[in-house]
Amino acid sequence: MSKSVERHLLADAGLEVAALEKALASIHRHDTDYADLYFQSSQHESWVLEDGIIKEGSYNIERGVGVRAISGEKTGFAYSDEISEEALTKACSAARSIAPSGGTQQVASLGHKAYTARYEGNNPILAMQDAEKISLLRTVDAYIRQQEPSADQVVVSLSGVYEEVLVAASDGTLATDIRPLVRLNCSVLLEQGERRERGSAGAGGRYAYSFFSRDEEGKPFYEQLADDALHMARVNMQSVASPAGAMPVVLGNGWPGVLLHEAVGHGLEGDFNRKGASTFSGKIGQRVAAKGVTVVDDGTLAYRRGSLSVDDEGTPTQHNVLIEDGILKGYMQDKHNARLMGVAPTGNGRRESYAHLPMPRMTNTYMLEGQYHPNEIISTIKKGIYAPNFAGGQVDITSGKFVFSSAEAYLIEDGKITAPVKGATLIGNGPEVMQKISMIGNDVALDKGVGVCGKDGQSVPVGVGQPTLKIDELTVGGTA
Amino acid sequence: MQIDQQLVDIQNIVDDVLKLAQKKGATQAEASMSKVQGIAVSSRMQEVENVEFTNDGGLGISVYVGKRKGSASTADLSKVALTLAVEKAVDIARYTSEDPCTGLADADLMATEFPDLDLYHPQALDTEQAIKTAIEAETAAMEYDERITNSDGASYNANLGMRVYGNTHGINAGYPSSRYSLSCMVIGSQSDDMQRDYAYTVNRNAALLNSAKAVGEEAARATVERLGARKINTANVPIILHKDIASSLFGHYVGAISGGSLYRRSSFLLDSLGKQVFPEWLNIEERPFIKNGLASSSFDNEGVATQDMTIVDSGKLATYLYTTYSARKLNTQSNGHAGGIHNWLVGDTGHSDADLLKEMGTGLLVTELMGQGVNIVTGDYSRGAAGFWVENGQIQYPVHEVTIAGNLRDMFAGIAAIGSEQDQRGSVQTGSILIDKMKIAGS
Repeated sequence: MSKSVERHLLADAGLEVAALEKALASIHRHDTDYADLYFQSSQHESWVLEDGIIKEGSYNIERGVGVRAISGEKTGFAYSDEISEEALTKACSAARSIAPSGGTQQVASLGHKAYTARYEGNNPILAMQDAEKISLLRTVDAYIRQQEPSADQVVVSLSGVYEEVLVAASDGTLATDIRPLVRLNCSVLLEQGERRERGSAGAGGRYAYSFFSRDEEGKPFYEQLADDALHMARVNMQSVASPAGAMPVVLGNGWPGVLLHEAVGHGLEGDFNRKGASTFSGKIGQRVAAKGVTVVDDGTLAYRRGSLSVDDEGTPTQHNVLIEDGILKGYMQDKHNARLMGVAPTGNGRRESYAHLPMPRMTNTYMLEGQYHPNEIISTIKKGIYAPNFAGGQVDITSGKFVFSSAEAYLIEDGKITAPVKGATLIGNGPEVMQKISMIGNDVALDKGVGVCGKDGQSVPVGVGQPTLKIDELTVGGTA
Repeated sequence: MQIDQQLVDIQNIVDDVLKLAQKKGATQAEASMSKVQGIAVSSRMQEVENVEFTNDGGLGISVYVGKRKGSASTADLSKVALTLAVEKAVDIARYTSEDPCTGLADADLMATEFPDLDLYHPQALDTEQAIKTAIEAETAAMEYDERITNSDGASYNANLGMRVYGNTHGINAGYPSSRYSLSCMVIGSQSDDMQRDYAYTVNRNAALLNSAKAVGEEAARATVERLGARKINTANVPIILHKDIASSLFGHYVGAISGGSLYRRSSFLLDSLGKQVFPEWLNIEERPFIKNGLASSSFDNEGVATQDMTIVDSGKLATYLYTTYSARKLNTQSNGHAGGIHNWLVGDTGHSDADLLKEMGTGLLVTELMGQGVNIVTGDYSRGAAGFWVENGQIQYPVHEVTIAGNLRDMFAGIAAIGSEQDQRGSVQTGSILIDKMKIAGS
């Protein structure tokens, strides 16, 4: 529990813990099972370099409180962009209107439980002078232009978030968290004759901005990102039409783990399974993936973009095994769905902000590694695709159909990687594709920290990861 | 009128903020502010699921100190937060670079007339009534067919709000608006196959929404029709983008002709003004002043007056879409597209949806698109799709787990017909689109 968070979110608004207990008790005077209050303040800044100049800078502040009342399967929710006793009282009476008066539940006395911090509670926006942030952007721009003097358009952006949250719930939970989050992105457009291609790369996590300058294999990390963006643009400049149809696909390690996020991740969120709406509903203990496939969701990884010390309901995050050696082990839960399904919450209750309801969401979702060297995996394929980099994806959790779009891909011919091919959408059915994973690499990696997951109109930062994987058959949406 | 008073209050805040910005050293400034109140109610299995009271608002300010720009925004509208936002914006302008193209839109482009566009149809935010409507839609869906076995629920949303824009040229204009919507999503099953689909209705006037029963039945019908879907073989065939999802194709056109994509040289339609992009019969008109229109507005996000415009003239690219900044980068003037487009009306070939199927003969009717596999720099297009296989103008069976791929340049030129039955629920009003040939990837 951070005293500073308690001071900023409560004391500065004339509130104390006793007032929160009183507010929760006012909700329980109606026939409700659970209630919580979510106080949040956040600052967000971004800086953009384009055309070699610092073109834009922006700063955003947000502050408010969300009040939730649960009665059986019903939820009442109200929020205010003002933190005060009056606003809190008003939100409580709106939220409890979901249930009739005459409640008997008691509010447990609010108390802190110890949890492990997964990142440091520093403010990245204040930890570096604005002039230094500008100079970092200029350095990245200069590096790209030095590497590729013909680069037509270079855009480099830097953004940082500092967020303080406090959760108080009728089950006695009282938790605070300080959540820094930074991100650096660069994109470069190359032009050759009539042809133009873009490459981009980014990274981030719950760090200070100095993360981007740390030494990575003998050079600053931002140079590695710039190299990645240039590499993608150059590869795509040479790309030919992608093949179309069902064929073997090898996915690279790290960011292609977006496969797991779409093919199984969403389908294993507790709400969909409580409602029986997911293709994975009712399948705990059954085989849902090939032998050797173990998938976890882990919010405890130090400094990762998808990590949280406690989730947005005050539950400490965990290392949750979703699929073990191909067998479905469990779902990701928030308190509401866990209670209705008679299981424990798993630390996956997340919300975009105080103005949004929490739901079961992923944190960092990845697959554990296997035994094969990536080259060995490639060598087994006569004709197929190797895809080491992706853009976004999407899933229909009911039918299990999912897509994800490659941003960099190559043909595999006679066991060797050959010509680069244009980006294409890959489509499959989650449970079927997971059964078709036939080789798992020994090179597990997490993504560099750029993932954003959308669900019901709410965005939250997430991580993904996996080793190199061979999928025996996946439909590739090319034109050739 | 209470709403008029609220509007004046917000205009006063915008005015104060602009004055404060000038006092803090800004040579020019602009601010926009919105406030929206609403309810979002959902039902599931014909019981109330969530009742949310929404209350969103915020102020965004951009200041210009000479040719340097700084921006800030706040969702907290207390005096302290507003002052902090102004100070931060001015502070940021000390670090951004001189940019000759930056600054407010030219004063002579500012909107001076603010006709009533009939965008505000207030109705009490009644959660009981909203719950009743949602449950009615869901009930109609659940009772439609015995293969509807489960539900993802129905939701009813109502929002009443206002938007104000002001800048130091002197404009300070705003208007109230309302928006109501009802949607329903159900799940059907047949042996091992489980499918879901949805339907929705949206209008600024609640009285003009489709009935709850119609929405529920449409969701159920769409869901049942998908049961038993299969893959098809990889092939080159014509496709129809069903009107419910067809506007996305023109959404990609918006991206490609937007000034921001042009000055960044990130569009496959560079240097194409006046060139033939679509077939000769195709016209697109922009009409910002449609009464009760979902994308109607007499000024854009920079205060620039909107105007009736021809976007595509006999298939030719008649205009690009400029904001103030992108226009200056390209040595021209803004045409009022900061913040997006304003009601596009796409021409048609007079075909009913049934005629369109006959016109296609054999091919794929696409009713769902998945993923974001569209590259505006190159025009390359590859997206997941589901729909129906059509032979001799007749629907044969549902199809899923396929992709459609091509290049937007060819797809635009290859539009063979557009149906006269339109989807009017978005900023682009178009009928179903028949494209002569695309690559389908399946098994």
